[in-house]
Formats: sequence, structure tokens, C-alpha cells
Amino acid sequence: MSLSKIKFDKKIVLSFWIILIALIIAAPTLLPVFRLNLLGRYLSLSIVALGVDLIWGYTGLLSLGQGIFFALGGYCAAMYLQITSSSEFPNNIPEFFALYGVEKLPFFWEPFRSPVFTFFAIWIIPALVAGLIGFLVFRNRIKGVYFSILTQASLLVFFNFFNGQQKLINGTNGLKTDVTQLFGQMVGSESMQRIFFWITATLVIAAWFFAKWVVKGRFGNILIGIRDDEPRVRFTGYNPVIFKTIIFSIAGGLAGISGALYTVQSGIVSPQFMTVPFSIEMVIWVAVGGRGTLLGAILGAVFINYAKSLVSEALPASWMFIQGGLFILVVTALPEGVLGWIQGDGPRNLLQRFGLKRKIETYPSLEVNSKGGE
Amino acid sequence: MELLLDSLFNGVAIGSVLLVAALGLAIVFGLMGVINLAHGELMMLGAYTTYVTQLIFKLPILKPFYNSYIIVSIFLAFIVSGVVGILLEKTIIRKLYGSPLETLLATWGVSLILQQFVRSVPLAYGTGLVISLIIGLFLPTTFPSKIKESINFKYFKFSSWIFAALTGVITSSVISSSISKISRASARNVDVTAPLWMRGQVEIIGTAFPKTRLMIIVITLISVIAITLFLNQSAWGMRIRAVTQNRQMSDCLGISTEKVDIITFGIGSGLAGVAGVAVSLLGSVGPNVGGNYIVGCFMVVVLGGVGNLLGTVLASFGIGIMTDLIGAGRLLSIWPDMPLPLSNTINFFATTSMARVMIFALIVIFLQFKPTGLFPQKGRMVEN
Repeated sequence: MSLSKIKFDKKIVLSFWIILIALIIAAPTLLPVFRLNLLGRYLSLSIVALGVDLIWGYTGLLSLGQGIFFALGGYCAAMYLQITSSSEFPNNIPEFFALYGVEKLPFFWEPFRSPVFTFFAIWIIPALVAGLIGFLVFRNRIKGVYFSILTQASLLVFFNFFNGQQKLINGTNGLKTDVTQLFGQMVGSESMQRIFFWITATLVIAAWFFAKWVVKGRFGNILIGIRDDEPRVRFTGYNPVIFKTIIFSIAGGLAGISGALYTVQSGIVSPQFMTVPFSIEMVIWVAVGGRGTLLGAILGAVFINYAKSLVSEALPASWMFIQGGLFILVVTALPEGVLGWIQGDGPRNLLQRFGLKRKIETYPSLEVNSKGGE
Repeated sequence: MELLLDSLFNGVAIGSVLLVAALGLAIVFGLMGVINLAHGELMMLGAYTTYVTQLIFKLPILKPFYNSYIIVSIFLAFIVSGVVGILLEKTIIRKLYGSPLETLLATWGVSLILQQFVRSVPLAYGTGLVISLIIGLFLPTTFPSKIKESINFKYFKFSSWIFAALTGVITSSVISSSISKISRASARNVDVTAPLWMRGQVEIIGTAFPKTRLMIIVITLISVIAITLFLNQSAWGMRIRAVTQNRQMSDCLGISTEKVDIITFGIGSGLAGVAGVAVSLLGSVGPNVGGNYIVGCFMVVVLGGVGNLLGTVLASFGIGIMTDLIGAGRLLSIWPDMPLPLSNTINFFATTSMARVMIFALIVIFLQFKPTGLFPQKGRMVEN
């Protein structure tokens, strides 16, 4: 029995949404600038977590390389911002090029002069790259641990490439966005950050609905089928390669959007987004929140990152221990994650242990169904 | 010719570090389907063991034997990493049997903890902890079987752990008072200096080879031969091979798969420790030292296929030689007047990091043709 199946009163749902929207609108006035910025960043991270939940929670593909698509989205946004604010620099190209003696804009920068192209590039380029990597891997029925390792290797490929190419994309220094201009305003300015926060919050909700729509119906059922028994799905006449490639590129596209939003709010995109630990962290947000629950991914991303910043401010050395412990704890003791535990039989079992709730005596699903009234 | 020899040697040297590191990973992966993300950190433990051994051998009592510390540290590193690996298997990995992706995440958690442990706990106390772990795990197994079968064995076990803890505390306080260098926690990298007889170069057929690299090749050679003999000649090796081929059937035939898992994991982790000794000879040792090698090891395992040592050997030397050929731009010096676009491409990839890009791309292309590696396991399963 999952929470999503319980029918809430329409009034409750409506008032929940009204409160949520009111909170989002009011957040910039309630929170100090620093905290608002952090919240905005973590919300944008929750979009990439949604993608991880789609491919891992629903389809059973553990990707350790989501950082690639995250960073690609970030680079797309940053390249546009750099190039539109480069009019006062020599040769009308971004400032850093002068450091390496580059006078002509590299060819792949050209399309990013156009805002329309950038708008689409932010999610289409990561999705295409994800689709390509996914297709090459899935076509050969490489799966499970092999898939994880190969995604990690591709992550390192991209990291090394971006890290080494100073003359093309400023290498290890990354691209700064906070001093660039967008529509005549500084991207790093307070008013712009407020707008970015609102955009992020809206997009998180939109991405949530999108993900819910993706996993609903036959498509979602096939994904779950692939997760639970892929050979059987194949024998039933479906081609898992297509479905896996599609869902992997959807997750890539979500990661791209997330990366772009994160970049404009943190003020820089650099190859650091493509380090191995960061991509694995994304998985732990979903694991703690509850895989296969979508909402769990969002909550996990926001809360774990908030905890990380709070703990790191107080005791810098201890976060690694806590994070390591979280990884071990969540897979050994709480495999469904927090939200999965709440939605499942977790609270009931806990109450039973303390004798606060009567034990189920008949067949569990009958008992629950008669109470749920479905 | 000389150039080719040089390149081959460099490639073999890179490959042999990869090989000794990947060997343990491959055995464990073949047996349990577990990729151990903490393997790099077990290597790091081996490297730190070398460092601590070196410092201990500088003490006045052991000073005369200083030159042999590297040999001793190979064994110590094997034991230290092996014990930590056994502990890991006993506490975490056993619970996750049958879900390799969860194991992947849990071992990543372990690797984070180990890294931070080295940063924030003084090495002297770490040494004490490891010593007490070794005693606590192995002392009960040395008791005569009469005690082992008695009903009070748990008390014996408990008291041996207390003894182990005491020994650990005493050793750590002795070490921290006698060697001031490691009595305080530090995140800085440390350096292992090779003993005098390992410095300098050897000339073979007119080409000079650094001795440390030769030593690494020797270590690798011995490890590979030892592990091959163990797997093919000993009773436990046969059991390990049996479980690798078919776990359920071996279980039915009376092989204790639990024991096989522990032994395999211990040996695999121990080999990581030996790899750590090799790594410590190449550069400075820090908490992140394992991370530099680990992805290469994964690639070796993916490329070499599961449960076949020959595949691991070929894959690591292949990757090693390719890394050297591409990374140092040697193709250009072998064939100086190649067409311009080709030479430009080769120059573009002629750095260590870009060579990695190229190698991984080549591996992905290779897997398009041979998805299960060089030597796939034979069988008629649909999928497992």
C-alpha cells in the first residue's frame, strides 16, 4: 500500500499546493540571501536526482556518470552567458581566451550566441550524449555492475577532456557566470538570483510532474519490468534497449537542466562537476530519500545537501564519516529509503514493536484493502 | 629498436602496477560479482603500511635490517589490507549478497570512511587498531579444537578480543611515543624512500631501467605466479574455482561457500595491499592515492573478462602499453613522417589525461565487439 494510492480529500490537496506556492513566492523575503541561494541550488540538484530515480529506482540502471550530463548543461548555459557579455573584451570573445593567446572563437562556441539555441541545447545536448552512451552500452546487453563501471569511466573521460582543454573551454578553471550579464542585469545580482530561485522551484515541480507522467502507464510498467526481470521483458516481445536508451536520455536531459540552473546560481561551472564522488553522491540522495518514489529523490537531494552544508560549517572533518556511514546504513538497514519506509510497512512495524498497534492477523493485503476502501 | 624497447618497458611497468592492483579486484569480482569500490583505499592502506614499516625500521633496534624493510612491508601490507577486507566482508558485504549494485554503494561508503580515517586519526593509533584487529580475528582460530568445540568458546573469543584491544593500545602508545612523525593526525602526503639497493638504474641491452620499476615488475610477477599456483594447486584454490563456476552446485556438494567468500575477499584485499607497496614506490602517498589507479583497475576487469587470470594479465599490459604509446606520443617518434592530420591528432592526445580519454574510448569501442571482455565465461545461461 503506497501513499500515492491513498485518496486525499481534494480540499487538503488544494490547500497543500496553495501553501507550497505561497512558500515559494515568499521564500526570498523569508530567508537571508545566502540561505536562499543554497536552497535554490539544492532544489536544482533535486532535478538531477529525479533523473537518477527514473533510471535507478524505476529501471534498475545504476549510473555513476550523471555528472557528465549535469556539467554539459552547466557548460551550455555558461557558454551562452560568457559569449553574450564579451563585447568589451578584445576580439569580442570571452576574457579567458586572451590568457592562452586564442584570437578566434572555437567553432563550437558560435551557435551559443543565440539564446534560442542555448535554451534547447541545455537539455537536448545532454540528452543526446546520454542517448548515445546508453545505446552503445545497452545494445551489447552490458548491464548491472558493468554498466555502472562504464558510466564511471565515461565520466572520467569527460572530466579529463574538459580539465585538459584550456584553449577551448578554460580547462580546470571553469567558466564563471556570476559577473556576466543576462538581459542587462548581472547574473550574480540579488534580483536575478531571486528570479532564478523562482524558475528553479517551478521547474522542480514541472520535472516532478513530468517524471510522474513518464512512469505512469505502460511505459512505466515496462521500465519496472526491465528492473525486475529483463529477460522476461525481452521474451514478451519488447526491446529493452529502446526503453533503456529513452529513459537514460530523459535522465540526461533532466541532469542538463539541473546543471544549468545550478551553474547560474553557484556562479561557476567547472570540471569539478564531473568528479567521481559528486556523481555517486547523487545516487545516495535518491537512496536515502527512497528510490522509486520520485518525491523521495527531491526531498533526499534537498535535505542531504542542507545537512551537508550545516555539518560542514560546524565540523568539517566529520561529513565524510557521516556520508560514508549513510551509504552503508541506507543499503544495509533501510534499502527502501526514508520515504519508501514510511509508505511501506515501516511505521506499522515500528508501532507493533512497541505494542501500540494490533498485529495484522489475516493475509496482509486483504487487511489493508478492506481499510483503504478501494 | 631501442625506442621500441623503451616504450615496451614503460608500458609493462605501467601495466604491472595495474595488474597487481586489478588482480585482487578481478578474483573477487569473478567469485562474488562484487566490484569493490574500496579497493583503492585498501591499496592506500598498503601504501601507508609501507610508510609505517619504514619508520619502524629506522628505530635503533631494527636499524641494521633497514635495507630489507621493503620485503617485510610487502607481507605486512598483504596482512593489513587482507584483514581489513575480511572485516569488510564479515560485517557488510555478506549482508548484501545477491545485490551487486547495493554492494557497490556500500563499498563506496567504506572508501569514504577509510579516507577520512587516514586524514583524521594519527597513523600510530591506526597501526594499533589494525594490530588489535589482526589479533582479535586470528587468535580464536589458533585455539586447539577442544576449546573451539566447547560451549564456552564465546568467552574465549571475547577474552581474546580484550587481549587484542590491550595489545593494540600498548603498541599504539609505544609507537606514538617513539616515532613522533606519526603521533599526530595529518592530511599531508608522505613519502616512502626506497632503500639504497633499490635506487639508481640497471643497464640491460644498452638501455637504462630504474630499479624501482624493475622491483615493481618483480613484485607483480611473484604475485601472479603465487596466485596462479594457489588457485590451481591448492585445495582451497580448487574450491574457489568451483564456487566461481557454480555457486549453488558447490554449496550442494558440501563446499563452505561462506569460508570461500572470506578467503577470496581476504586474498583479493591483500593483493590490493601489495599493490599499495608498489604504488608507494612510484610517488608520494596520500589519502587519495588509490583513486588514481582504481578506474584503470575497473577497466582491466571489464576488459579482461570474469574469472580468468590470463584475461586480467593481457588487459593490464594492453592498457599499460597503449597508455605509454598514446600518452608519450611515441607513435610519432616511431613513424616520424606521417601525414599532418594524423600527427596532429596524435599530438592532441599526447598527454596523460588525454591518453586516458583515448584509452577509455577504445575500450568502449572494443566492448561493442566483445561485450563480455577478452575471455568470456563459457555457459548457456540466458543471463545471470
